[in-house]
Amino acid sequence: MAKPKMALFSFTCCEGCSLEVLNCENEILDILGALDVTNYREARTNRSDDYDIAFIEGSISREGEIEELKKIRANAKMLIALGACAHTTGLNALKNFRPMADALTEVYGDKGGWFDTIPVRPLKDFVTVDLSLPGCPITKEEFLRVVRELLVGRKPKLPDYPVCVECKMRETICMYHKKQTCLGVVARAGCNAHCPAFGRRCTACRGMVDTPNSQAAKDVMAEFGVTMEQVLDEFRLYNGWTPEAAPPATEAKK
Amino acid sequence: MSKTVDINVHHVTRVEGHGNIRVRATDGVLEQCELQIVESPRFFESMVRGRSWVDIPHITCRICGICSIGHTTAACLAVENAFELKLRPQDQLLRELLFDGEIMQSHLLHVYFLAAPDLLGADSVIPLAGSHPEVVARALRMKHLTNELCEILVGRHTHPVGMVPGGFVCCPQKKALAKMKVDLLALKGDLLATVDTIAALADRLPAFNRETEYVALVDKERYPWFWGKVGSSDAPAVAWPDYRQIVHEKVVQHSSSKHVYNKRDSYFAGALARVNLNYPLLTDLAKGVAERLGLKAPCHNPFMNNVAQVVETADCYVRALEKIDRLLDMDLTLSPPDVRPRAGVGVGVAEVPRGILFHEYEFDAAGQCVRANLVIPTGQNLANIEADMRALVPQILDEPKEQIQLKLEMLVRAYDPCISCSVHLLDVEWV
Repeated sequence: MAKPKMALFSFTCCEGCSLEVLNCENEILDILGALDVTNYREARTNRSDDYDIAFIEGSISREGEIEELKKIRANAKMLIALGACAHTTGLNALKNFRPMADALTEVYGDKGGWFDTIPVRPLKDFVTVDLSLPGCPITKEEFLRVVRELLVGRKPKLPDYPVCVECKMRETICMYHKKQTCLGVVARAGCNAHCPAFGRRCTACRGMVDTPNSQAAKDVMAEFGVTMEQVLDEFRLYNGWTPEAAPPATEAKK
Repeated sequence: MSKTVDINVHHVTRVEGHGNIRVRATDGVLEQCELQIVESPRFFESMVRGRSWVDIPHITCRICGICSIGHTTAACLAVENAFELKLRPQDQLLRELLFDGEIMQSHLLHVYFLAAPDLLGADSVIPLAGSHPEVVARALRMKHLTNELCEILVGRHTHPVGMVPGGFVCCPQKKALAKMKVDLLALKGDLLATVDTIAALADRLPAFNRETEYVALVDKERYPWFWGKVGSSDAPAVAWPDYRQIVHEKVVQHSSSKHVYNKRDSYFAGALARVNLNYPLLTDLAKGVAERLGLKAPCHNPFMNNVAQVVETADCYVRALEKIDRLLDMDLTLSPPDVRPRAGVGVGVAEVPRGILFHEYEFDAAGQCVRANLVIPTGQNLANIEADMRALVPQILDEPKEQIQLKLEMLVRAYDPCISCSVHLLDVEWV
């Protein structure tokens, strides 16, 4: 059987997720043995439009990227969003909370009018996304699991329980007891609650679980005196494009 | 011989981010010679406005996946300078060790995965796994361990978790540090083998020299990573808050990006600039590597930036081991910083793998960011890369087109550009 052909593309992002793929140093040779990498700009020169699985990192923030994305969708049998920027727009959506004209002036002065830039949006706003690997960055373990499952023909699933579960499993002290506003109560697990384990609150870079227990979240936040405004501020860090975040700058949305 | 060439490399590969090379010469006359930047701008300076100091390093480290520890460091330093925070000796040492880890990891990634394939006539590291398995296995081992060094300190290399303004919110376990020491010591053979591999290939680097201005941090005592002053080969060093005396940005319509210059039209930032300005401060091991690989400061061949990265890897290797020993002699305690925000401006400067990086933030009394300015190494190098291209092309115009193209791509890669990083870059249509 021919090896499945894999491609990796980058749109608006830091390319940290594709680096996490390269950071699978112990497994990368096995991956190359099982998959034929036909297009990966950051790592190799030769490029082809012939691929079965397209991994895409990054958000869409320019008109030109929309056409490129649609072309990749047409070529690929399976399209996988890699990381928060592709999945939920991640941090990129912070730009949407300010009027575009202000953002352009703040960064580029009176030359702001030179660019093609549009409000940042996730891949799924333009094409069908078959699977999203969430996180900022993705976790290597989840990437490897998904690749293995795809190779044996199984449809990968994401954990649908909150980060709190993983903190309990690791016996990590609750961030609320360290006076931090943590979104782990509603955030999708699968990262092994990595940030709280290293002393930092969860900012829901992996998005929310399918049916968050919002009443429990409200109770916890009320108990620790967290305001709705604080919660929204936290939530907008990685989930600014979701309806819950409700960007006030309506001008930014198209 | 007069010759006509037309080179158009769409999205240069094995660099971080999206850039095009455009060169056109008619009858031996160079008409166009540009490195076009087509990366989508992300507006970080705008994104951080109104956000708390707490999240500033968290947000701006996500400018770049490769040098996120460098961005975190520069952002933390800026916040600390704005609020007049001092680090505990333990935290200063941990931060320096973390920085060694990032420099080694990034340099190894560049030298082995992005640059070496050109010298071995391969399109990527993938075929090298078959043709040079021992080299690839070694590269992976070294990259893995230097990544692991970052992991035990702050959770991960890409977007570190535990380093915050004022110090750390996590503390490495001594047994993890002790194991890291053993593993690093065992890596010495791989380091020396790396030098052998590069020594065998160094004569394939084009012999091209163009003297330019070199800008890097400079110090009297220690090879500077995030201390010392902002120095230049052409001008007296200045304190961090005065960085604009050296770093001049201009928006240039024909070039599609903010270009940066000081005394001349362009300057060089990166490993070669650091080695040129700070050679006497390198460790003996690193100096030996420089001699072995034919790098003599000041060196004016931009392709030797690859070699300068190997020299710095050796330097960081020695210093990382020293720092681990010092940490093992200390009582390591977790002490999350007590930060009191105040109104003010702070500048943070760090020599990240690709060169000198500036983060500047202004905060209000509540610690909300009201203004930011970020000057990224790749942005600083763009004008200099183009100046190199203009000097190099006439020298090689008689070579086959593929050879010219390869050398131009190698030149761009030698700077190890990190195009996503260059948040200032414009994106305009070219005519």
